[in-house]
Amino acid sequence: MSLDLILRVGTKLILPFILLFALYVQFHGDFGPGGGFQAGVITAGMVILLAITFGLKAAQRVAPRSLVERMIPLGALIFAGTGVVGLVMGKNYLDYSVFSRDPAHGHELGIFLVEAGVLITVAGTMTALFYAFVERGR
Amino acid sequence: MVLLTLLAVVTVAIVRQRSLFGVVILAGIYSFLMASVLIVLDAVDVAMTEASVGAGVSTVILLATLHLIKTTEMRSVRRHVLPLFVSAVTGAVLVWGTLVLPPFGTADAVIHKHVVPRYIADTIKETNVPNVVTAVLADYRGYDTLGETTVIFTAGIGVMLLLRGARRRGRTDREKVSP
Repeated sequence: MSLDLILRVGTKLILPFILLFALYVQFHGDFGPGGGFQAGVITAGMVILLAITFGLKAAQRVAPRSLVERMIPLGALIFAGTGVVGLVMGKNYLDYSVFSRDPAHGHELGIFLVEAGVLITVAGTMTALFYAFVERGR
Repeated sequence: MVLLTLLAVVTVAIVRQRSLFGVVILAGIYSFLMASVLIVLDAVDVAMTEASVGAGVSTVILLATLHLIKTTEMRSVRRHVLPLFVSAVTGAVLVWGTLVLPPFGTADAVIHKHVVPRYIADTIKETNVPNVVTAVLADYRGYDTLGETTVIFTAGIGVMLLLRGARRRGRTDREKVSP
């Protein structure tokens, strides 16, 4: 696969910043716009850009299909598990106040965990969808 | 107003376009315009989602789909009068429905009087999270977001089952031909 040098170098330069932006969107979601869903899509976008410019093999070295496909249920389990913790500790399902002695801090932590779950599921699903379509096309 | 006009222009272009590649690209443009509209409406979180999902990932996946199918839409044999009529009437009813909505941004609109004041007043106290949108999504309406995550999970699993199951069968066929 021979592609433009400019395209390759440009992609290489921009990739870490895309990932950094995704992490910013994820962890700054408490303060500004953003959150797990958007960050997950941006992360998947990074892998897709890598696959488009450097080929599917390079992308699957970074994000192997087995990992991506495991991320889909993992994120949903993290979300649901966060709710179960509240249940086990004697409060309602998805009541985050059990995570800390200070209820507000517990809620903050709960939101963080839940958003992490959303990020993992969304990033996994979007990348797995892309892989599925591309591999089908071969 | 400019954005809405552009949206209408792009929509007409999508309808008139025969090449599906053009349709996909125009749909991406439509999503970016929609994201700009949402920014104008101060819904930055939704705008971000629209830009990343609608214009980014959807475009890529649609292009990957185009790789699998024919890329030109067939010319329709007869004129579709009834569908045109139905969509025109639906559109008219929707526009008529917006006439009775309170003007955009009114503070005393019904939707701003129910739980919104409590969210705005108590979010920081209760969750330590300054972004009310995030707090509502992940905490106050945690069940809804759990449902959304499950939908994404189900969609991902479903598409993978459909596409990969067929692929495996295709591969065994090919292996039979060339051992």
